[in-house]
Formats: sequence, structure tokens, C-alpha cells
Amino acid sequence: MSESLIEESIISRPTYGALKIVPGLAHYFLADASGAECVIRVVQELPRDMMEKVHILYVPTPGETALITSLYALGANRFEHFPTIDDAVAKLGEWLSDAKMGSQLYLAGTEGLVGQGVAKGEACGLDHTAVQCEHRGSLARRVQCVHCKTMIEDVTTQPVKCPSCDLLLLVRDHYSRRLAAFQGGCINAEDPSEEIEIKEVFK
Amino acid sequence: MSASDHLIPVVVSNVVEVNPIIKRFEFKHVNGDELPAFSGGAHIVVEMLDDGTKRKNPYSLMSSPFERDQYAISVRRDDTGRGGSKFMHEQVTPGMQMKISAPVNLFALDLRARKHLMIAGGIGITPFIAQMTQADKLGVPFELHYAARSASQAAYMDSLADRFGDHVSCYCDDQGESVDFETLLSSQPLGTHVYVCGPKGMIERVVETATSLGWPAAHVHFEHFLAPPVGEPFEVHLAKAGIDITVGAEQSLLEAVEASGTPINCMCRGGACGQCETVVVACDGEIMHNDHWLDEEQRAAKQRIMPCVSRFRGKRLELDL
Ligand SMILES: Cc1cc2nc3c(=O)[nH]c(=O)nc-3n(C[C@H](O)[C@H](O)[C@H](O)COP(=O)(O)OP(=O)(O)OC[C@H]3O[C@@H](n4cnc5c(N)ncnc54)[C@H](O)[C@@H]3O)c2cc1C
Ligand code: FES
Repeated sequence: MSESLIEESIISRPTYGALKIVPGLAHYFLADASGAECVIRVVQELPRDMMEKVHILYVPTPGETALITSLYALGANRFEHFPTIDDAVAKLGEWLSDAKMGSQLYLAGTEGLVGQGVAKGEACGLDHTAVQCEHRGSLARRVQCVHCKTMIEDVTTQPVKCPSCDLLLLVRDHYSRRLAAFQGGCINAEDPSEEIEIKEVFK
Repeated sequence: MSASDHLIPVVVSNVVEVNPIIKRFEFKHVNGDELPAFSGGAHIVVEMLDDGTKRKNPYSLMSSPFERDQYAISVRRDDTGRGGSKFMHEQVTPGMQMKISAPVNLFALDLRARKHLMIAGGIGITPFIAQMTQADKLGVPFELHYAARSASQAAYMDSLADRFGDHVSCYCDDQGESVDFETLLSSQPLGTHVYVCGPKGMIERVVETATSLGWPAAHVHFEHFLAPPVGEPFEVHLAKAGIDITVGAEQSLLEAVEASGTPINCMCRGGACGQCETVVVACDGEIMHNDHWLDEEQRAAKQRIMPCVSRFRGKRLELDL
């Protein structure tokens, strides 16, 4: 079912499944434009009387409205959309701070959104088994420069230049769940003059 | 080797009648040494030498995990049992020397929890007394819901309510009071862990209700005070030892193996820890799996048995012992 293009790698590199509703006291969804259809797919199967338990947060791509309309039409108890992942994740934190045991979290979309949703869920006390993720869309990575700790969003190249300390970083598969970021370490530390070709690899 | 091979010599320092069915026993090391450290929820195995019969029963430690000069347990008298609890009630007096195992914890608090929700039924209160002392000191929110048949049988109900105030809610069957598990388990903040110890039916209801509400299994903890069930006597062949033994009607398979002098691992003696898991070499008959360790598939395969609580009926049982 999942249309993720992620290849198997080291254990730390997250893999994702396909969203499936499980028994729960409440169901929280967070998606971006590439994950919206996953939310629609599972929520529209739910009986009417369960919509009371459904809460949806959405990050549209700028200017897009069709998916907002479709998500709104699902009839969830709460539906809100935000221009950025940060805003939506902050809202998720607010909602989860009042949530009760038995709540389930469903995340769908790009890895940056999914990873930050996972981290927020964990920070709010959700067990990892109560969080489901479906990856859709771009393979762009959120990368932490391990040297100056800068977070670099939407990285599509290998290596990538850290915008803050200017080091050329090898984007590793090594992933931090806490930071929701892949680790980037200097690729030419031995010989900084070494020229390395920058290729677009995470599309 | 098992926990009960290294027994600690203790002296019974005090025996208190808590109510007509429950007595508390306090132990000190014979040399006055510090006893091993433990955490709330741990139990010890008490060895009882009763007129030639050696019994070993597990009992939860209820004393404070922060005090190591003595241990306390509370034992409910079970007149239908094989006599372990009866022995404790009738024969054990202050000044007597006994042997106990070091503490083992199969029912520990999950220290990642943001809140501990404890549910006790009857004598199942004992592990929670130590756990509450621990949670209180650690400053983690906790809540105890304690149900008993009647106030007169509810050991420590008043003293716990005095000590922990609002953290404790009590329910007595004879007053028509009962815990509403559905409401209780629907109103807990994220990060709560639930712990239940009490009668089998109560544990099952809590686990089922939590599961159907969507609680992750890792947040649901339980301990059965399982006693080895009695049954028909049966024969067992121990393949490595090359001997045949008979398990008496009121004996557990584990006790019979121990009595034959054959080495076997064990820890909880209550079907929970997994230590006694033994390979079945041959089985022509039916294994009565009474443990909480093996899963459905393993039970059906008849290739494993937990000798501390499980029994056999049939033609031949051969174990890898
Ligand atoms: C981890 C753990 C912690 C425990 N903590 C405590 C505690 O803190 N306090 C406490 O009181 N107990 C505790 N127990 C239970 C305790 O170990 C004993 O099982 C209990 O005291 C009964 O022991 P017994 O020797 O008197 O009876 P047992 O012979 O061990 O068995 C008791 C039960 O077996 C059945 N039975 C036995 N013989 C017969 C027969 N002839 N006919 C019909 N039915 C029969 C009865 O249902 C009876 O209730 C704990 C058990 C475990 C596993
Ligand atoms: S001794 Fe623990 S399961 Fe048998």
C-alpha cells in the first residue's frame, strides 16, 4: 500500500508503513500535501459516529485549496491548517497535552513532517506503538550539521554545504529520532581542499 | 542455578495480625546485615520447612525500598492451599530462623512513566505498598485504586488512605462499590502506565479494557499471584538425568524435579519470569499450560513447558533435564 521509495539501509534509518486505523480513544492526524490522500483514504472509511474522535492538522502547499476542501469535508471533530510544519507541530503539541491514554497519532507525508510529528508525540508521552507513519512525496532530508548543530531543511544533495559553518557534509543514513534529523558530518576533513561533486540524490 | 540457591538466613523479627485472614511477617538478617536492595514490586521466595516437606512460596515485599535493615511481607491465609500460607500463619513466630531468596522484580514501575496508575484487588495490594513509597519519594504522580471484599478484609486500607490521602481510592464489594475501569482508563494523561495485581478476573478486565481503548501494551503491567495448581499425579522422564520421577497430586513439577536432585532454573515459581522454561523431548498426551509466559503458538507446539505451574496428563512426557 505504501508508495514510499525508501530503500533499506542501517537500522537507524526509519522505514514507514501504511496508515491503518487501530482501536483508540482519539485519533490525531498530521499531514502535508503529499500525505493528505493517506488521511482521506483511512478517515473516509470510518463510521460517522467515530468522526467525533478524529482531529486533523494539515500543512498545505502554498496556494493549494482542493485538498483543504476534501479534508474539511471529512467532518472531523477538529480540522486546522497551518502554513508551516513548525506551526502545525506546535499545534499538535497543544492538542496532545490534553489528550488521554488510548490516543493514536497518524502521520503522513514527507520525512521532515513525519519525523517532527514522531518527536512531538514522544515528547508528549505517546508510546511509539501508538504512532503510525506513512511516507509520501519527496525524499528531501532534514539534516543536522554534527559540527555546529544547525538544522538544514529540505536537503536534496549529497554532500551538502552547511549554511552556517560552511563545512561540506556527508548526509548519512544515521538518523536521530529525538532531533528528527539525519546526521551530516564533514566529508573532507582530512583534506579540505579536496573537491567533491555535489549531486542531487534525495528527490 | 536459580535465585533460590543463594538463600539468605533471616530471623523473624515480628509477626502482626493485620486482620483475621492476613498476617504481616518482618525479617532481619541473622547477623543484622543490610538486606539486598530492591525496587517496588519485587518479591522474595520464602522457604518453609514444614515437618519434612520443603515449600517455597513467592511473596511480594511491602516494606520501603529505602529501608534495608528489614523486609516485610503480608500473607493471606489460604485454607484450600497445600499449606504454605497456613504454615506461615500457624507455625511462624518471632525469633524463628528461616531462609529467603534475594528479591526479584517482575512487576517494577516503568520509570519513564509520567504517572503511575495502580489497581489492586485484595491481597494484590502488597507490591503497591512498596511501589507507592518509591513513587512518592521520586515525586512522580501516582494513584491507587484498591478494591476488597469488605473493609474488615481490606489490609492496610485505612493506613494507606491516611498516608497517601487523595492518591488512594478505596472500594468495598459489600458496600456495593466497584472500580469503573472504563471511565478510569479513559481519563488518564498521556504517558501513564497502569499496573494491576489481584484476582485473575480483575487483571483480565483491566488488560482487556485498556487494550480496547487503545492503550499500548508496553504501558499495561500486571502480576498474577499464581499458585501452582494441584491435579492428578503424573510420571515424567528426565532425559539427561536418565531417571523417572512422579509428580504428586499436591506437588508442582518444579518441586518434584528439585526433590530428585536434578538441577533446574527458577525464579518466580509463579509462571511469570520464564526462568524455568524447559524443552519437551517427547510428549504423548496433554500439557496443562498454567503459565503467563509461553504464547499460544508455543503452547500448541508442546515443545516447551514451565514446570513451576504446568502439569501433564497422558501416556509419556520426557523433558530435557
Ligand atoms: C510473584 C508472586 C508474588 C506473590 N505475593 C504474595 C503476597 O504478597 N501475599 C500473599 O498472600 N500471596 C502472594 N503470592 C501467592 C503465594 O505465593 C501463595 O501462592 C499463596 O500464599 C498460597 O500458598 P499456599 O501454599 O497456602 O497454597 P498453594 O498450595 O500454593 O495454592 C493455593 C491455591 O491452589 C488451589 N489448591 C491447592 N490445593 C488444592 C486442593 N487440594 N484442592 C483444591 N484446590 C487447591 C487453591 O485454589 C488455592 O487457593 C504471590 C505469588 C507470586 C507468584
Ligand atoms: S520459575 Fe518463573 S516461570 Fe517458572
